[in-house]
Parts: sequence; structure tokens; C-alpha cells
Amino acid sequence: MTRKRRRLVLLLVCGLGLGTAVALMLTAFSDNMVFFLAPSDLTTKSPRLGRTFRLGGLVEAGSVTRTHEGTRPVARFRVTDGAAAVTVSYAGLLPDLFREGQGVVALGVMQPDGTFRASEVLAKHDATYMPKEVVDALKKAGHWDPKQGSPPPASSWNTPAPKPATGG
Amino acid sequence: MDACTPLAPPAGSNLQRFANPGQFLRLSGRVLPFVAVLGLGLTLAGCVWGLFFSPADWQQGDAVRIMYVHVPAAWLASFGYLSLAVCSVLSLVWRHPLADLAAAEIGPVGAAFTGLCLATGSLWGKPMWGAWWVWDARLTSVLVLFFLYLGHVALVRAFDDPQRGYRAGAILALIGVVNLPIIKFSVDWWNTLHQPATITLTGAPTMDVGMLWPLLLCALGFFFGFTAIVIARTRAAVMERRIRGLLMARAQEADVPSALSVDA
Repeated sequence: MTRKRRRLVLLLVCGLGLGTAVALMLTAFSDNMVFFLAPSDLTTKSPRLGRTFRLGGLVEAGSVTRTHEGTRPVARFRVTDGAAAVTVSYAGLLPDLFREGQGVVALGVMQPDGTFRASEVLAKHDATYMPKEVVDALKKAGHWDPKQGSPPPASSWNTPAPKPATGG
Repeated sequence: MDACTPLAPPAGSNLQRFANPGQFLRLSGRVLPFVAVLGLGLTLAGCVWGLFFSPADWQQGDAVRIMYVHVPAAWLASFGYLSLAVCSVLSLVWRHPLADLAAAEIGPVGAAFTGLCLATGSLWGKPMWGAWWVWDARLTSVLVLFFLYLGHVALVRAFDDPQRGYRAGAILALIGVVNLPIIKFSVDWWNTLHQPATITLTGAPTMDVGMLWPLLLCALGFFFGFTAIVIARTRAAVMERRIRGLLMARAQEADVPSALSVDA
């Protein structure tokens, strides 16, 4: 009985030590664990001119312009996290999920004029799944405009109360 | 390892050793058919419902149906590792012989579910995100889980003395447990490309009920399927050890010098 208890205590102490060590390590490296930086991070952190990094946020409603540079499609849009916004230019094909109000992660370099030149744009899907009919009902009821960002709480989906459209 | 080694333990300790596993064989033999049928039935029903009758997502379209395999596989990958860790504690602290066998059998099954999760996730990522693979915290931590499973599978079988293998495997499994909270909370602690959890304990799931039911059915089916495979494998391992024990006892009953020279 005492040997079992001793082994159990030893195991718990080892686990506690290991857990603390890993927690300290993760907090120390947490700056490097992020997959992308938000636009407001760029104002607080040192400007990374000439360094490749990932920029993530929502595509601002009404900011997308599509042009052509020779035969390649070029898109310019603003990526925002609510507090700050950065203009991104990208030459190439955008992923299918790209739209206004969608989360995106762009890999690229900050230009001297304050815009972000992306070499790759990934779409970031949010954690909501709904059929087209539900979205149409929400839009019709004025509960949600997909261009304005994330959808309303799920508890309101199945009760599309007739409310006057207020534009989100 | 081989049945004809003359250094077999006495039969008495074998009987004592398998007192508990014998009960496990009887009990699991009764439960296994039900668990297997439940696993197969629920998985089939959930997949048919999810793949053919559930609504498509408004922006992902039919690609969302990968979810009905990807998400249950991911849940079971984590759950499998948790059960591996519980077996390891039982093995290290209480020296439970059945836990050793179960841990050795959980490893390959968990690795298979993790591999399925990674493969389907990659197939889902390309059309939706635009990339097969990214090194964000969620994907990387699940890849680490996959390697932990593979390491456990290899380590348990790497020693001539199985007891030493079980001991080393249990220690590895318990060290790897720190990865589980990292997997779960990676999407909340850091910016990741992978979206945060849709189904949480605290809030309503942000998923339409027409997709939620087949998903939960698939998850239940995967759970029972995982359990059935592990039970069947552990039963086979128990019986294998029992046969080995019988062979050893018989080899010891025979005349030892003649057993050594009988092949000549």
C-alpha cells in the first residue's frame, strides 16, 4: 500500500513539474506560436519592413477592388480586426471562401507605403455551419449581414423574429 | 518470448497473474458483440445521413460533409490518448497486468484515428483554406499526437522483456499527456488558421441542428467502433499470453534436458 502510494505521489510530482515546465515554455514562446498577426498588433510591435509574416483579420465590407495586371487578376482589400486596418494587395487566385466579412490570413511583406503585399492568401473559416436557407432567413429578417462579420448567436437562428432591418 | 524457453515462470504465478484477465475475457466476450454492432450501425447511419440527407453549408457547399468523418476522428484521437494515459497510470502505480496489454493495443488504433483525422483535414483544408497543410498550433499539436502514438507503438514492442517495454511506453504516454490540453486550447490561446470549437460545454453549438444530429451519431458510432476494436485486440492479446503461458508450463513439465536436446 505504501509503495503504491509512493509511486502515485512520485507520478503526481513529476506531472506537476512537467506541466509547469511546459506552461512556462509556452508562455515564453507564445509570441512565436501565433500563426498570424492582427492589424492592431502591427501598431504596437515594431514595423517589420522587409520581413515576411502572416497578417490575419476580416476583409472589410466594401473594400475589395479587383483589377488586372496583364493577365493576372489583382485584388486590393483592407484587412481589419476592428481596431485597425491594413490595405493588402494580392496578385493571383483567391480561395473560394474569400468574400467581404470573411476571415483571411495573408502571407507577405509590408511595403514602405504602409500597404501589405501578399504572396499567398488563405481563407479562415469561422466555427459556424448552417444551410443556405437559414442564412437567407437571417438576412431577410435583418438579423445578420455576412459582410459585417460573424453571425449572431446560434440561439437566435431558429427564431427569425420579424424585426425591422437595422443593418446589423 | 518464444514458447520453448526453458526459463518459464512456475504455473502458480501464471494463474494468479491471469485471475483478473480471466474475468475480463468473460465480461468482454458478452459485451463485445453489442459494442461492435452499435459502432458499425451508428457509424453507417450517421455517414449515410451526413453524406446524403443533411443540408450543405451555405459557403462551404458539399465540402462540409468531410466534417462527419474528420471531427469524430479528431475527438477519438484525443479520447484514445486519454485512455492510453489512464492505462499507463494503472500500469505504473498499481502494476495492473491488463492495463499493460490494453495500452499496447490502444496505440495502433489511436494512431489510425489520428492519421484519419490528419488525412481528412488535409483534404478539407485544400478546397476551403487554400492549403493542404499549414504549421499553425492546432495542426502541429495534432501531428505531435500522431508521432506520440507511433513512438508508443514502437517503444512498447522494442524490448525483449515485455515488462520493460510496457514501463517505458507508460512513461512516454504520460509525458505526452501535456499535449492534450495544448490540442484542445490551441485555437483559443493563439491565432490559428483552424477555427475554434463549434460544440462547447458552455454555449449552444454554432451549427444547424440538421448537421448536428448526423455529426453526433457519427461521433457515437466512432466511439463504439474504437472501443470495440480495442476490446477485441485486448482479448486477443490476453488469449495470446494465456496460450504462451500454457505452452511454457507444458515445456517445463517435460524433461528439461530432453527438451533442450530434442531437436537434435
